[in-house]
Amino acid sequence: MTTANEVLNGNAAPAKIDYASDQEVRWCPGCGDYSILKQVETVLKEQGKPKEEIVFISGIGCSSRFPYYLDTYGMHSIHGRAPAIVSGLRAVRPDLSVWMITGDGDSLSIGGNHLIHLLRRNVDVNVLLFNNEIYGLTKGQYSPTSPEGAVTKSTPMGSVDHPFNPLALCKGADATFIARAMDRDPKQLREVLLKADAHRGTSLIEIYQNCNVFNDGAFEVFTEKASKPFHTLFVEHGKPLVFANGTKGIKLNGMTPVIVDLTDGSTSLEDLWVHDERDSFKASILVRLFEDPHHEGAMPRPFGVFYIAERSTVEERINAQVEQAKSKKGVGDLDALLRGERTWTIG
Amino acid sequence: METPTRTKTVEERRNVVILFAGDSGDGIQLTGTQFTDTNALFGNDVSTFPNFPAEIRAPQGTIAGVSGYQLHFGSTEIFTPGDQSDVLVVMNAAALKANLGKLKKGGIIIANSDGFDAKNLRLAGYIDQQDPLTDGSLANYTVHSVDVTKMTRNALADTTLGMKEKDRCKNMFVLGFINWMFSRSLENSEHFLQTKFSKKPELLEANKKALLAGFNYGDTSETFTTRFDVKPAPLPKGTYRSITGNQGVALGLVAGAQKAGLDMFYGSYPITPASDILHELARHKNFGVKTFQAEDEIAAICSAIGASYGGALGVTASSGPGIALKGEAMGLAFMLELPLVIVNVQRGGPSTGLPTKTEQADLFQAVHGRNGEAPIPVLAASSPTDCFEMAVEAVRIAVEHMTPVILLTDGYIANGAEPWRFPQANELPAIKPPFASPKAIVDGDKFLPYKRDEKGVRPWAVPGMAGLQHRIGGIEKEDGTGNISYDPLNHEKMVRLRAEKVRKVVEDVPPLDLSNGVDSGDLLILGWGSTYGAIKTAVNEMCAEGNCVGHLHLRYLFPFRKELGDILKRYKRVLIPEMNSGQLRQLVRAEFLVDAKGLNKIQGMPFTSAEIKAAATEFLKQ
Repeated sequence: MTTANEVLNGNAAPAKIDYASDQEVRWCPGCGDYSILKQVETVLKEQGKPKEEIVFISGIGCSSRFPYYLDTYGMHSIHGRAPAIVSGLRAVRPDLSVWMITGDGDSLSIGGNHLIHLLRRNVDVNVLLFNNEIYGLTKGQYSPTSPEGAVTKSTPMGSVDHPFNPLALCKGADATFIARAMDRDPKQLREVLLKADAHRGTSLIEIYQNCNVFNDGAFEVFTEKASKPFHTLFVEHGKPLVFANGTKGIKLNGMTPVIVDLTDGSTSLEDLWVHDERDSFKASILVRLFEDPHHEGAMPRPFGVFYIAERSTVEERINAQVEQAKSKKGVGDLDALLRGERTWTIG
Repeated sequence: METPTRTKTVEERRNVVILFAGDSGDGIQLTGTQFTDTNALFGNDVSTFPNFPAEIRAPQGTIAGVSGYQLHFGSTEIFTPGDQSDVLVVMNAAALKANLGKLKKGGIIIANSDGFDAKNLRLAGYIDQQDPLTDGSLANYTVHSVDVTKMTRNALADTTLGMKEKDRCKNMFVLGFINWMFSRSLENSEHFLQTKFSKKPELLEANKKALLAGFNYGDTSETFTTRFDVKPAPLPKGTYRSITGNQGVALGLVAGAQKAGLDMFYGSYPITPASDILHELARHKNFGVKTFQAEDEIAAICSAIGASYGGALGVTASSGPGIALKGEAMGLAFMLELPLVIVNVQRGGPSTGLPTKTEQADLFQAVHGRNGEAPIPVLAASSPTDCFEMAVEAVRIAVEHMTPVILLTDGYIANGAEPWRFPQANELPAIKPPFASPKAIVDGDKFLPYKRDEKGVRPWAVPGMAGLQHRIGGIEKEDGTGNISYDPLNHEKMVRLRAEKVRKVVEDVPPLDLSNGVDSGDLLILGWGSTYGAIKTAVNEMCAEGNCVGHLHLRYLFPFRKELGDILKRYKRVLIPEMNSGQLRQLVRAEFLVDAKGLNKIQGMPFTSAEIKAAATEFLKQ
């Protein structure tokens, strides 16, 4: 077994464990979920953790069938509640490697409350938030990430709701690991997954995932070869923010990010915003780069690891209190507990 | 003027009901519990009924703000906090107005006269601020008007406390006086204060002074010529402690987890009247108890399910509204077939209802309150001490039968206290979790997570067990493998297999045993939950008067034991008293086709034994 960091540094030979289960994968042909499943299998293989020490917990939705397709421990639970189930599991089993599979409806609508509390508590789990901006399993209603005006089965005249910016929400809930990836860029997805697994605490990855049946092409502008360079920004720790095949960059004017031209000699690389994944304030700005890509002069959409913070996990704190109580009061004596503080005797 | 002689007569009583009442900030609950403990330590049997408003500090001096604590103590066995009180202690006019109806004719009123000034009389709604202590309207009672405020302040004159702090010692003056009145020593209360204020010597001294001043006032005042004494009760020999129902549940859960060799995880969201279980459990982390105050009721139960999945004992507790929110997750736990204990400390409903009052109206919710066919064993505790036993039972059934179990208690027994001859740990049953053996790979190389034993119970395979990886979920599963299946016949088979497993739980619980009275005849009174004491007392009295009837009290409400049908048929009439509109009655009639009659009280207040006796007597005449 190797660690995610060893794999990232290229110091590991892939193990020979097959993590696929015997179940037939039943997503629609062409669904973005296949690519994500494959990359998860890849990172599991690269690290070679024993299958029995891995648990996948999901909620409800297309993505939540995920646990059935891996030969690890797994639970396909109820809509929106995976974070709560994970919290209880981690509290009693801090030894396990736990992954949570969820979607935009599951974690941002019905389970929104649980997600923010999972993040503030910093439960050690890798959260894969499959965002396809649509309800797929119920056949095509708008989701809390669908853009305003989205025409869907439930919104024939266009959605009247303002969408969530998922990563800004997570940053607001004090998440300790925030990243964005997409199904159509497996190489980048693999790297983000490895970094997420290496992080101690809640690692939140929003993964843009194409629903080719009910919301095909929702992320086309970020994934297609022709438009991708101009609308995406891949951030790397310690590197300046550059996009459009190196022709454009992003500079901070005070707190305001602005796009600058790198070809006309007005701005050099040294002037650019250098990504620091440990900088909480800059991460808060980065998650706010969320403009409609179809607008003239829109900021590119960032991908990669935005933010990593060190903070103890709630299960560490829970278990530390149990240990503290045991060392202070001694391991519980049931007879003493039943007896209580004051007794009297009759007869 | 004659010199006080200090020679006072002592009148012996078999039992006494005393009701303390005052503003919810007056320390009434503390006064009540302290006097209860003193009597219990003395050897009396006791039963209590704290009764308080939902508001933490309701407007002072108003009826809405009155908090009460009723204590029944005696030299005989006691099963209820008493129907009507012998002594009523009131701190203000509102407390008198709210509780006078609960005082026996000829009873004693001890009133804090300072609480009967013009303002208090107006707030309590006495017309024209007519003072009941002096206007002759209480002629049928013995009234002792005592200026508690003034005497407490005088007693604390040489302390450095502010007026407000001095006045907060009023309840200790009252406690001291009541201890004198019932010939009790101050030792227990002094010990309590010593512990409570060990780090605040000034407050300790002040409270002790007020306590002693109250006692000495009784001793020296000419007003009081009679003291009372209640001799110890002939309780079974043994060592006792005092316990409330919520403590009983908490200790039972810890004991059950210990006997099962499991760590316990308690996921909970604060709600009246269940929160004290969380408070109690949070103190016992050295037993491997992990308490988790979740973001909501749903997260509370789901985190407990996650813990059970991880191999611990998952537990959650709430009251009606919270249980409603947990419904879907209970269905999940049922479908996963994992151990889970769900405690419902029932309160008045529906919706927010009567948060601090008691009711038994969640029986249907427990038995039927889930989508699809999701039968879950339902247990009910009948008294504070029974809360302990039934909590252990809930753990045993949940673990050994791999199922969620619902334990019903209610606000009445959750907050009420009684003496408990606690067991030794080694007297409690061992609980055996059906853990899958890592060698249990069957069917070639495949582990079957839903392969059942003769009880219909599946193996508990916990993450970390090599070779037993499997996937479970709320979606319908194939028999044996647990893989997703939409096969029509498989679904029917699984619904039946799961129901059969739960049905078999009753084969593993004690046979029904009559609680009291005759085992056949004119009338059976069938009860469940906290009506136990009132029914027991009523039946005791009826038997003593020659009208003997039977009393059967159910602790396992779903599924029913089969012999219940036979027992019901041995009587000409069946009466089912419930604090609801007849939920057990409907279940019993549906299952056994017995024309049971209901006695239903839906007032947020427990039955009195007199109410049950009157209804039973009337029924016998029909």
